[in-house]
Amino acid sequence: MAILVQMAILVQFAIGLIFGIGLIVSGMSNPAKVLNFLDVGGIPAGTWDASLAFVMAGAIAVTFIGFSRVLKLARPFFAERFYVPTRTDIDPRIIVGPAIFGVGWGLAGFCPGPALTALGFGSVSAFIFVAAMCAGMVLARFIANLPSSARVITPADPLES
Amino acid sequence: MIATPFTPTTSLLGGALIGLSAVLLMWATGRIAGVSGIAARLFPPYEDRQFAGRLAFVAGLIAAPLLVRLVTGSLPAQTIAAATPVLIVAGLLTGFGAVWGSGCTSGHGVCGLSRLSVRSLVATITFMAAGVVTVFVMRHWS
Repeated sequence: MAILVQMAILVQFAIGLIFGIGLIVSGMSNPAKVLNFLDVGGIPAGTWDASLAFVMAGAIAVTFIGFSRVLKLARPFFAERFYVPTRTDIDPRIIVGPAIFGVGWGLAGFCPGPALTALGFGSVSAFIFVAAMCAGMVLARFIANLPSSARVITPADPLES
Repeated sequence: MIATPFTPTTSLLGGALIGLSAVLLMWATGRIAGVSGIAARLFPPYEDRQFAGRLAFVAGLIAAPLLVRLVTGSLPAQTIAAATPVLIVAGLLTGFGAVWGSGCTSGHGVCGLSRLSVRSLVATITFMAAGVVTVFVMRHWS
């Protein structure tokens, strides 16, 4: 049993590694590419970089096919069951949260994945961003009073995001 | 601003690797590969016993450039133009908003859209629009 737990941790390291390599190969570890995608004002000037759309397309194509197959399995390899979000309601938080997130994303060109991978580049700027990002995360969870907030988590499924 | 080349092939390939990672995490742990959700749960309050696995995933993200540099001998360009005060504000907003909205680019944009989740579609359209407006204001209004 202990070996299985250690294996699960090692496998998750490898999966994070693949994610990070994907970010680097795709060019998304460079905030300048992200900002040049978001800069629609650069379309007439010819400086718009559509690469991010191709990253999303590649990721969604693989995930769409992969999820449909994996979720047909009886259970995940290292867990008793799948923890797939089931909420379908459109509450204020699903708009307010991403709106705040989007402003931060547009200011620096970093979202959480690329920012963490940027730490491995040895970037001081990335470190400053990640430290602030973690503070923002802790603050949001504190305000939402997780995990007891019934608005976010249904009692039947305490791990749902 | 710094011009960046349009890279459809490597971006598609890198995106596919991100997708592969999301599929593998679902297969292994049964959980969504949402980086903000994983990172936020490294801090208290702890809801479950998945801390070590989440830490390992984040360690993998951070180790990726080290492996790439080891194998290829170099790393691609990384230009972070934002000044320190902007980085701090941006980080706070990004972290807060991602948790408040139950996900970020990976959780909603990749995993959620792949599950045809309407909530994730609303979230993705919203953060894309907010990002576009922010960059427009920053670059073209000043």
